[in-house]
Amino acid sequence: MLKYLLEKEFKQILRNKFLSKLIFVMPIMTIVIFPFVTNQDVQDVKLAVVDQDHSPLSERLVQKASDSGYFRLADVSPTYEEAMRSVETGDADIVFQIPQDFERDLYRDGAAQVLIAANSVNGTRGALGAQYLASVVRDYNQEIRPLSGGANTSAVAELLPDVRIRYRFNPELEYKVFMVPGLIMMLLTILGCALTALNIVGEKEAGTIEQINVSPVSKRLFILAKLMPNWIIGFIALAFGMTFGWLVHGVAPVGNLLTILLFTLVYVFVTTGIGMVISNYSDTMQQAMFVMFFFLVIMMLTSGLFTPVESMPLWMQRATAINPLQYFAGAMRLVYLKGSGFAEMLSPFGWLCGFALVFNVWAVVSYKKKS
Amino acid sequence: MSAVIVDQLYKSYGKTRALNGVSFSVDEGELYGIIGPDGAGKSTLFRVLTTLMLADKGQAQVMGYDVVKDYRKIRDIIGYMPGKFSLYQDLTVEENLRFFATVFNTTIEENYHLIADIYKQIEPFKHRKAGKLSGGMKQKLALSCALIHKPKVLFLDEPTTGVDPVSRKEFWGMLLKLKRQGITILVSTPYMDEASLCDRIALVQAGEFLQVDTPRSVVSRYPATLLAVRSGKMHRLLGDLRDYPHVNTSFSFGTAFHVTLREGGSPDDLKAYLMQKGHSDVAIQAILPSVEDCFMLLSK
Repeated sequence: MLKYLLEKEFKQILRNKFLSKLIFVMPIMTIVIFPFVTNQDVQDVKLAVVDQDHSPLSERLVQKASDSGYFRLADVSPTYEEAMRSVETGDADIVFQIPQDFERDLYRDGAAQVLIAANSVNGTRGALGAQYLASVVRDYNQEIRPLSGGANTSAVAELLPDVRIRYRFNPELEYKVFMVPGLIMMLLTILGCALTALNIVGEKEAGTIEQINVSPVSKRLFILAKLMPNWIIGFIALAFGMTFGWLVHGVAPVGNLLTILLFTLVYVFVTTGIGMVISNYSDTMQQAMFVMFFFLVIMMLTSGLFTPVESMPLWMQRATAINPLQYFAGAMRLVYLKGSGFAEMLSPFGWLCGFALVFNVWAVVSYKKKS
Repeated sequence: MSAVIVDQLYKSYGKTRALNGVSFSVDEGELYGIIGPDGAGKSTLFRVLTTLMLADKGQAQVMGYDVVKDYRKIRDIIGYMPGKFSLYQDLTVEENLRFFATVFNTTIEENYHLIADIYKQIEPFKHRKAGKLSGGMKQKLALSCALIHKPKVLFLDEPTTGVDPVSRKEFWGMLLKLKRQGITILVSTPYMDEASLCDRIALVQAGEFLQVDTPRSVVSRYPATLLAVRSGKMHRLLGDLRDYPHVNTSFSFGTAFHVTLREGGSPDDLKAYLMQKGHSDVAIQAILPSVEDCFMLLSK
């Protein structure tokens, strides 16, 4: 009997022109395009230069900044006020002012000052841009020291002491390496929840579920036949995600593939469980969609996918303990970046098993109650 | 033996009473019509009997099985066709039929003789998706699917609602054939004209059975003489009829008013009264009441 029910489910999925394509297109879109879009490396910062010195040394500093690759010379103004205007119109992100007598001070006193003013409306862009510029000035110091006999340029916005940082597990701090495992989590979550919820509610809406209910087919078997294709689709999505993450971005897991498969297995039970719970409380597709998006958006944003859980307020950090997405995203990143073994991730695995159990039991109980 | 026995069934949705103490029984092999307007509780009754819903109070049996305790056994022996078309629109005609056959542990071939008459009419379109069929064809497919496992009792919830008159007639022809095969059929409908084709009918309103009898005796039990009244000024006629002191009931009915009189009134007296009110061409005719007349009188 299960065989016939499954045959029907697969027929319906494959015959649905939109759905059958979505299952393949979505992983590709998510994994190929998203890592580029969600990139938070700051590039192409627009620089407004106010060079009031017009000396060989000041010109050399400006040249160095624009050659650094981070900046694009967007504006050259005679005064700070005029440069600020281009920041206000959005033509520039950072004002870099070299005051009059820069060269003279450097030769005479062995020290001179420059001003860096960053537009912080986009916080990351402003702060990182200012830091880049400060490091350009620092490099410049090293170069001109022999020239001026121990001269020193200090940048006002220079904040960092000379600290050497080594980033472990992702030495170039490449955003893609970090995003790919997280995006795989997103993919499995959306597919698992949406396909399950919409499929079951779809039968409710069409009234076909009643035709099944008056037949000798048990509800358990019917639901099982609904879930199994979605479990398989989850693994197809994982395969696509991992393949394209590796082909396009060169991001492959450092750790064991078996660990990933094991976590995925439990996780598809969690997501389809959530989908089933939602379907039990919804009578129409529209309702199911809204309920699902409400919870998914909240869970995504607090899962650490885009911003680390550690930088959330304490109460939110505590609340994320009941967010299953967080455990899976965390585990995927550990396997991908750090190569953590299964034994080191027993805690998130245990949590995920717990969620799988809770949601599926909840689904069964609420299904019975409603009928 | 009775195919269906219902005893004091109650069901409410919040404050709305859908079933208000319904009791009746259906004999085996009977074509039993449940006649009533929308919202009378017909669908609720069907959903309780097909084990889709639990009643608040009361008992019901189908072929001797209790709808609560033995619901699994009932599901093997009943066919149900809900009012709304509910087959898989994305599967073809044949796939739907085959699917429902397997769901009931049987095959199309095994019971083909039962559905042959009906299915032959849609067989030329068997590779078409069910969602792309016309209304009449959908209904034939739904009936085929409900019959494919050779049910002992067939529940048809408003099968002819929204179907054109020709297909309606055709559909009732099919039901009469099925009845001859010994299948007990419960059918609900809001169309009173279909009632005369049933063995027995129950008139339902607001969750209560008003009367149960053969269509003939329902009509013969009509307590008064029914008059069809027409005049040259139809738009004024209803008001004037109601002003006549001896009129008991008067309803608009197609091209005439159906009127019953109290003690003391007579057709001739009514005619004179209407002429005096300025009506011309007054025609008053004693007619045989229809099921609808009975229903109007009972539900007054």
